[in-house]
Amino acid sequence: MDVRLTSEQRQLRDAAAKLADDLGPGSVQELADVGRIERLAKTLASTGWRALRSDGASGVEIAIVAEEFGRGLVDVPFLGPVLADDLRGQLADDTQRWTIAVDGRAVDAMGCQRALMITGDWILASGIGTARAGADPTRAEAELVGTPEPVGELSEAQAHQWRALALVATCADLVGAARGALALAVDYAKVRAQYGKTIGSYQAVAHLLAEALALIEGSVSVLRHAAWAVDELTPAEAVRAAVIAKLYCARAARTVCETSVQVHGGIGNTWECLAHVYLRRVLTSTELFPVRLEEIDLGLS
Amino acid sequence: MDFRDSPEEAAFRDRLRAWLVEQAGRFPTSGDEYWAKQGDWHRALHAAGFFGLSWPQEYGGHELPPVYDVILDEELARAGAPPRPSLGYLLQGLGRHGSRELQRRFLPGMIDGSERWCQGFSEPDAGSDLASLRTTATRDGDSYVIHGHKIWTSYSDVADWCLLLARTDPDAPRHKGISAFVIAMKQPGVEQRPLRMMSGITTEFGQVLFDGARVPAEQMVGAPGEGWALAMTVVGHEREPSTLGYAARYGKLVRQLAARTEGKLPEELAWAAVETEMLRLHVRRRLSEQLDGVSHGPDGSLDKLLMTWVDQAVGHAALAVGGTRDPELLSAYLYSRAQSVMGGTSQIQKNIIAGRILGLGA
Repeated sequence: MDVRLTSEQRQLRDAAAKLADDLGPGSVQELADVGRIERLAKTLASTGWRALRSDGASGVEIAIVAEEFGRGLVDVPFLGPVLADDLRGQLADDTQRWTIAVDGRAVDAMGCQRALMITGDWILASGIGTARAGADPTRAEAELVGTPEPVGELSEAQAHQWRALALVATCADLVGAARGALALAVDYAKVRAQYGKTIGSYQAVAHLLAEALALIEGSVSVLRHAAWAVDELTPAEAVRAAVIAKLYCARAARTVCETSVQVHGGIGNTWECLAHVYLRRVLTSTELFPVRLEEIDLGLS
Repeated sequence: MDFRDSPEEAAFRDRLRAWLVEQAGRFPTSGDEYWAKQGDWHRALHAAGFFGLSWPQEYGGHELPPVYDVILDEELARAGAPPRPSLGYLLQGLGRHGSRELQRRFLPGMIDGSERWCQGFSEPDAGSDLASLRTTATRDGDSYVIHGHKIWTSYSDVADWCLLLARTDPDAPRHKGISAFVIAMKQPGVEQRPLRMMSGITTEFGQVLFDGARVPAEQMVGAPGEGWALAMTVVGHEREPSTLGYAARYGKLVRQLAARTEGKLPEELAWAAVETEMLRLHVRRRLSEQLDGVSHGPDGSLDKLLMTWVDQAVGHAALAVGGTRDPELLSAYLYSRAQSVMGGTSQIQKNIIAGRILGLGA
């Protein structure tokens, strides 16, 4: 029993964090910076991380990158392509850009031409229309075009494992976004003064931020296990671990983002503050492969 | 990264399981009966080689990696055995701040359970504000004479020894005038007054009045005025879920509640299941980090806060399933209210997290 990240995993985390810090949007204005987005897309393409899974990476490694990208609000597609990559597996390579579709919509679709989806035992492929902004300004979605065609078949175990990976990837995005939202609020609380003192020195504010950090620490612990479970437990067990992680992390992340809005006060309720961008990302990652408390059964280990 | 047992861990788990089968039903697990038999349980665990797993071999421990404590806690809960007595924080206090002579004299008895201990820190006017404590220790020849009033003292009625904080220098700044002692509890000048908890439990906690009790000067832990450093070591370790071993107990209670529920789980219970699983995994992560020699310091406050939330989520689940008519479940709920007070209130933990981890100074 040793659940530390390996040194290779820590290196991957540092590299993903650096990419997100260097090229992610540091402000709401930078969301519209086309030059930055092009540099980000090009740099990400050069890492090969969208094909991590077919390169043999584990669920833990997918989660590491997804978490750092959530923290840095990376606004070029990663989750959609990396999950499509896991489904495509050994399919013949082509030059098209792939994402996934859920409930008849392609998600994380900016710059993508094709989407994969699961229906029963079948993997279906479809063309997609032009991507457009939804609730989350960092990830666009698109309508499907034409009739989806079968391109592969999945066993029940494979379908479960893919669902576990999808839950884990969105869960990691949630945890990362929560970390980013908390860092934003803590930095603000250290500089914003009221009544002659920084607001972070008041217990009413400090305690909200302390609670947020505890929620994030709990989230990291439950996420790590679910990410490990994708490849190390049976597919049914992996789904179970991922459902629990998603429930915990989604509730925690929303609370942390709401705390960030609150700590920013009036400014936190404006478009110019990044707090709502984190919140929007958390809401959309929660909806992507949603889970409900009713799914909990009590075969607890 | 591997959440599974290594072969050595699996062998340990099997041995422990077999032993626990033999112990089934011998020791009570809750209420006053549990507190009354806890010393026997401690000694039985130690005699069988299952206590003090990560503690020094020199003093009767096993010097195993801290993750073995996870296995112990899980198997105790699984077997329906009582939890292990939590003494890690006292051991850390003596182990880090006591002289070799004090360690040789006292750690073996603490670990094997032949001598029982309590912690004399809190006072009626010095709970969260521990540095305002007023119990005094006055030098008189080769010993110190103690006067004062301690409260919330677990095991005070059965303890042979107390790790006591007392003020030795009334003129020093308040954090610097405090010293730590190992004082005998069974002597003239030490009076016990039991406290009854709101759950009805009468023997867990006590008040202790010191009126002229004596302690030899060589049983001061560290130098005069160094008691605060020891106090910080002790409360830091008191706040880790890993030393408290509660996580497995919460999981067990959640499963018991589920077994009593028909059809859909109440929302409180489903949420308690999620929280409990989080804590189970969190303890694994924390104890794995200790393999790097990481000492958690203020991170213990994060762990304590998480543990408190889980305890109280489970308490709410117990209430949702049992209502007020099941005495055992009502007691579990009522006891959960103490979790956000004992070992430092949740408010104190948040102050520590905000100030020492997030850097939100005054």
